[in-house]
Amino acid sequence: MDGAQFLQVLIVGLSQGCVYGLIALGFVLIYKATEVVNFAQGDLMMIGMFVAFTFLNVLGMPYWLGLVCTCASMALIGALLERALIRPMIGEPTFAVLMLTVGLGFILRSFASSVWGADPKAIHNPFSGEVLTFGDVSLGFENIAVMVGTAMLCIALGLYFRYARIGVSMQAASQNQLAAVLVGISVNRITSLAWALSAGIAGFAGVMLAPVSLIDPQVGFIGIKAFAAAIIGGLGSLPGALIAGIAIGVIEQFAQIALPTGLATASPYLVMLIMLIVRPSGLFASVQRKKV
Amino acid sequence: MADLLGVQNVETFYGPIMALRGVSMKVREGQVLALLGANGAGKSTLLKTISGTMVPEKGRVEFQGKSIEGTPPHQVARLGIAQVPEGREVFPLLTTEQNLHMGGYRRTRAEVAESLQRVFALFPALYAKRTSQAGYLSGGQQQMLAIGRAMMSAPRLMLLDEPSLGLSPQLVGEIAETIVKLNRDESVTIMLVEQNARMALDVADYGYVLENGRIVMEDTSSSLRDATDIKEFYLGMKEQGVRGRRRWKQRKTWR
Ligand SMILES: Nc1ncnc2c1ncn2[C@@H]1O[C@H](COP(=O)(O)OP(=O)(O)OP(=O)(O)O)[C@@H](O)[C@H]1O
Ligand SMILES: [Mg+2]
Repeated sequence: MDGAQFLQVLIVGLSQGCVYGLIALGFVLIYKATEVVNFAQGDLMMIGMFVAFTFLNVLGMPYWLGLVCTCASMALIGALLERALIRPMIGEPTFAVLMLTVGLGFILRSFASSVWGADPKAIHNPFSGEVLTFGDVSLGFENIAVMVGTAMLCIALGLYFRYARIGVSMQAASQNQLAAVLVGISVNRITSLAWALSAGIAGFAGVMLAPVSLIDPQVGFIGIKAFAAAIIGGLGSLPGALIAGIAIGVIEQFAQIALPTGLATASPYLVMLIMLIVRPSGLFASVQRKKV
Repeated sequence: MADLLGVQNVETFYGPIMALRGVSMKVREGQVLALLGANGAGKSTLLKTISGTMVPEKGRVEFQGKSIEGTPPHQVARLGIAQVPEGREVFPLLTTEQNLHMGGYRRTRAEVAESLQRVFALFPALYAKRTSQAGYLSGGQQQMLAIGRAMMSAPRLMLLDEPSLGLSPQLVGEIAETIVKLNRDESVTIMLVEQNARMALDVADYGYVLENGRIVMEDTSSSLRDATDIKEFYLGMKEQGVRGRRRWKQRKTWR
């Protein structure tokens, strides 16, 4: 493999990894707020892609407006799902809630195939097919766009959690729920917000993924790789999830070149297994055990 | 003085365990009230029932003339009741300053800035540690932080659950002084739960003694102090001893 080829594979891996990382962020956000893993996270991204398809292709919105509307609609859907399905489960065993999210995934997939059909679709976007060429390296514009978009979203999230009062209160509630309610933070509100944020991010991830992947009701299964990333990152760490997601994307791309096909497909999970053996608490587990 | 808080015939359970067996008491506006009693008497349970983290099976809790039993705790907090729970529950990964900001969660920026000044004036040690993670503060500093965070909401009533626990005698003195200052200068009414009866009665105007979930005695602090010699046991004035204070660490059951 020469340098140019290496760079191309790296860029594709990084951009794919950004999508894994974004979905993994959604896993972590909900986990931090409720100690529940939302196994429908990938399917929320799939719904986000179809919502974007509706805004961009069916309604013919401009790309950027469609992106914003997709994220906003997904945030709303996330908050509604929390209100309708998760909140009534307060006090039930965690296992029951987990199964509920698995069931939600099934429902979302059949919903999508009945509304939008099972045949793959592509959305209108300004990136597909455009190529940036530096010497003998040519990079897909859509791959660059994913990386830039992810970087901007992550900066915004970082600022939100550090400086916005409501963002800090989300951290506070996940660190010590008792203390949070005693200062007047509504835990229900935080949980809704966590679902809204993570569904909104899933929508963003969907729009980012759309130019490089076709849309069909099964596309949400990449959520399993993102889940592996969230585990590798420590499940409680947002930066950890993002970095692990990107790492998995890159490893996967190189594995496809260097390893036999079966092994390459399994590479994200192999990394997860090795990680669970070597460092069970994940790469970036926070120093303090979460107490709730 | 008017009643700020009234508790009437409250019964509170942990599953089948009846922790409060018909408690009635009141806190008057401007008072420092001491609530004394041995381990397991139900002192913390009474505070939790007032702050809404536990819901009583029977009875009423009235704050400023309105029934508040059954109100969710975050709404009770917004009414002006600030509980400083047992075991200084800080937000371990937030900085000292962020912890304090969370205390003023419902207030405007200007109000928060003003209260922050007061807290730092009262606890210079916190100012020095304002950018450190709260989880790395010493026990005494965390206690100050927990009290400071409660101050940030400008409460009418502050519920303090054993603020002197595990602190050196000198720090206990400082906490006592703080309580007096809070009451006098910030006109906060205070309900103080203590094992350290001597300290509590020094700062309080009035006191109740709780035993096995019932109020068994109430009087002015000075009368209670005189009674301490005979009622040593109730007031827990013997050795402070080792206590299972981490009993409800499993916070999944806090409600
Ligand atoms: N989480 C819990 N689950 C079950 N029973 C509990 C729980 N917390 C307290 N109890 C019981 O309720 C009773 C009152 O407890 P409470 O914590 O109010 O006592 P306390 O007066 O605050 O004691 P201490 O001085 O040790 O803090 C005790 O008998 C205790 O065993
Ligand atoms: Mg107690």
